[in-house]
Amino acid sequence: MSRQYLIRRLLIAIPSLLGISVVLFAVLAMAPGDPFEELATNPAVPPEVRMALRAKFGLDDPIWTRYLHWLAAMLQGDWGFSFASRMDVDKLILQRLPVTLIVIGSSQILAILVALPVGVLAATRPYSVFDQIANTLAFIGFSLPTFFTGLLLILVFSIQLDWLPFVYRTDIEAKGWLFYWEHIKQSIMPVAVLGLFQGASLVRYVRSSVLDVIRLDYVTTARSKGIGERKVITKHVVRNALIPVVTLVALQMPIVFGGAIVTEQIFRVPGIGSLLISAMLANDTPVVMGVTFVFACLVVLFNLIADILYGWLDPRIAFR
Amino acid sequence: MNERELRGLIGKVKAGKLSRRGFVRSMMAVGIAAPTASLILMQSGVAMAQSPSTYKPTKRGGGGTLKVLWWQGPTLLNPHFAVGTKDQDGSRIFYEPLAAWDGDGNLKPKLAAEIPSRENGGVSADGKSVTWKLKQGVTWHDGKPFTADDVIFNWQYAKDPATAAYTIGSYQDVDVEKVDQYTVVVKFKKPTPFWADAFVGTRGMLIPKHLFADYIGAKSRDAPTNLKPVGTGPYMFKDFKPGDMVTGVINPNYHQANKPYFDAIEMKGGGDAVSAARAVLQTGEYDFAWNMQVEDEILSRLEKGGKGRVQVTPGGNIEFFLMNQTDPWTEVDGERASLKTKHPTLSDPEVRKAMALLVDNKSIEQHIYGRTGPATRDFLYNPERFRSKNNPIEFNVDKANDILEKAGWKKGSDGIRAKDGKKLKFVYQTSINQPRQKTQAIVKQAAQKAGIDIELKSVTASVFFSSDVANPDTYTKFYTDLEMYTTTMTQPDPALHMLQFVPWEAASKDNKWQGRNITRWQSPECEKLYRESESELDPVKRAAMFIKMNDLAIQNHIVLGVVQRPTVSAQALKLNAQISGWDNNTSDLSDWFKDA
Repeated sequence: MSRQYLIRRLLIAIPSLLGISVVLFAVLAMAPGDPFEELATNPAVPPEVRMALRAKFGLDDPIWTRYLHWLAAMLQGDWGFSFASRMDVDKLILQRLPVTLIVIGSSQILAILVALPVGVLAATRPYSVFDQIANTLAFIGFSLPTFFTGLLLILVFSIQLDWLPFVYRTDIEAKGWLFYWEHIKQSIMPVAVLGLFQGASLVRYVRSSVLDVIRLDYVTTARSKGIGERKVITKHVVRNALIPVVTLVALQMPIVFGGAIVTEQIFRVPGIGSLLISAMLANDTPVVMGVTFVFACLVVLFNLIADILYGWLDPRIAFR
Repeated sequence: MNERELRGLIGKVKAGKLSRRGFVRSMMAVGIAAPTASLILMQSGVAMAQSPSTYKPTKRGGGGTLKVLWWQGPTLLNPHFAVGTKDQDGSRIFYEPLAAWDGDGNLKPKLAAEIPSRENGGVSADGKSVTWKLKQGVTWHDGKPFTADDVIFNWQYAKDPATAAYTIGSYQDVDVEKVDQYTVVVKFKKPTPFWADAFVGTRGMLIPKHLFADYIGAKSRDAPTNLKPVGTGPYMFKDFKPGDMVTGVINPNYHQANKPYFDAIEMKGGGDAVSAARAVLQTGEYDFAWNMQVEDEILSRLEKGGKGRVQVTPGGNIEFFLMNQTDPWTEVDGERASLKTKHPTLSDPEVRKAMALLVDNKSIEQHIYGRTGPATRDFLYNPERFRSKNNPIEFNVDKANDILEKAGWKKGSDGIRAKDGKKLKFVYQTSINQPRQKTQAIVKQAAQKAGIDIELKSVTASVFFSSDVANPDTYTKFYTDLEMYTTTMTQPDPALHMLQFVPWEAASKDNKWQGRNITRWQSPECEKLYRESESELDPVKRAAMFIKMNDLAIQNHIVLGVVQRPTVSAQALKLNAQISGWDNNTSDLSDWFKDA
């Protein structure tokens, strides 16, 4: 792979991020709402206070000046200042990013752990009972939205069975093994909701991709050479079949982040998704802007990773 | 009960012929609530009763961790910036005011040694100053002593417009002077009947001078202590993640003996109201949940889980119905609903009267709000000494029909009444919120039977309650005939609440629709009463004035109460937590404990 290609892709990312930021900013600026709404409805607060605050945070400036201010600050690494928390946006986001990454990371791992064996097995025995069941479950899995499965799991495992807590806490007091156990216990539901949703659609991709490969001549050749079935599948089929799947995993990351927003809200996971929702409710534009921008960066980044991975896994693809 | 009888009773208490308790009881018998009664006594020079403490633990700590759930978590912890109740509640874990309002509307000393009164010389006879004696030996969490300098500093901090404190309203018009290390005087420019505002309750929390002195004015937002509070409260700061979690540990040097009971506190934010109710009432994962904006039916069902109960705490917030006095459909000088216009049909008092008869408060309470919204016709209903007894709830479609018929509003072929070519067609707006839409439907249905056609309009809450000058759908612009929303009463005094009815507060383009008089009702009588109330030092006369203002507005059918909106919280069965409708949820946190 050429270094030139990488540099070119990175350069292309800059205008797309700029474009995204313009659109985001414009949409947010045009959206109705007032970050100091609570001041307006509180009779004890004189209107001048709100006016002063609006002026202080530059809310009365025209949209384009506000955008240029934001952009200039952003280029210097200043993410802005939250109206609601009166602290820097980057601090707020950094505080919450690890939790989101852990939850999303583990759900992605869970998705792959489920999807790979199930998809491969289903493809090697197409239209068998196992395949049928796997297919049905996969369909159910990705048709049910995460907010529904989340509530369902809470009802079953927290309320009916009382096995798992449904409020996610970051400050668990326990020490040693108990600490990890508590963390695992409270992560099971959010991770399962996200991971199984993701896994369900992956199963279908893995299956069809393996099916495509398994019929190719080189597989028949390998079999006729007397290589064991197991070895044929793992060494010759899966390897090639996974090339498109790997890129799909990367390309699907934005969907995972989207699902995480809802899931975090349901389970009170303090990640950037729930930060986004509370910021939206409070009309805290700098934070909304910051979080959506992080999402945009992640999407662009994962697209890039997908392209690079694809070329690396399949040398026939040329970068030009 | 009239003024003379009341005075007789107060005289008896003063002479020692009647006990305080007896007085309060006889007041309650005639419909005056305990808080009102004791305030009447207080302002008449009888010292305020200390509400008997129900606190049982005999030693500090040992109660484990108190886990509370705020489904919108605090986003900042500086009480002077804490606009939302969630932020105030969070700040209140660490900071305290001089005095707090208890559930009965009594002042309860926190950092004050005693509550000022006429009797102890704290409140001056001319109503122009209040002297606060501070509790001695109180220390901030970092060990520094709490003194009068801190109190003075808070006043300077909040009143500086550059600080942009939301508490500025309580501090900008007063002068505060230090008498000695433990005494301060709050001076007013004119006689002030309601003196318990600065340094009291929600807007009275005190921050330490030694940590904020360098961050007054424009630098206020850079203070590191904004995010790491150091107060005098029962718990000391441990950790804060905005919107997610506030944690505190017991303050071993708290200034009240044997308090607090819990070793640590954890305030978790996020999620939604229903699941928060579930976590307390059904699974018992948490001890307390705030602001249960959940239908009563659901709450009752969750209560059957047997882990907790719902507590309804009365306050002064009111969901009410407004009739526009100006014409919202004609534009004059660039604004609709201009004061220069008159509403084409609602300006007829008979139409308003009929309209008021068509609001079925009882059904709205019964079918929509349940325990979380008792029906009322009054705009001002609490504290009870301000409650009028003159406005019974009346719902009567036939009578409404009669009134309209007699006033010459005849039904047309379409079933809608009209007079002089003007039809009784109204647009009725409110914010998007399920109970409100149900209420709208109930009113619309009744109005239809009386030949009034109502078009319902619902606006997203973030627009409806915004102060966006460019948006025509805000509640203050009131560009429709009818509207409904909840207005909050943040302290047990109606002065701010009643601005709704004074002419100079009419919302208009000139004041960027910041005025508090949304109906734009112009009543010289109300104006006169309000002006008088501003300097009336006799609490009984003053209460009578506010009652009269309420009656004028209700009986002229300018507004009408729909339901009261008390504070609703969910509590674990074993938790003893006193909640006050006149102060923050956590105002009495030091006294919370669990039964063994």
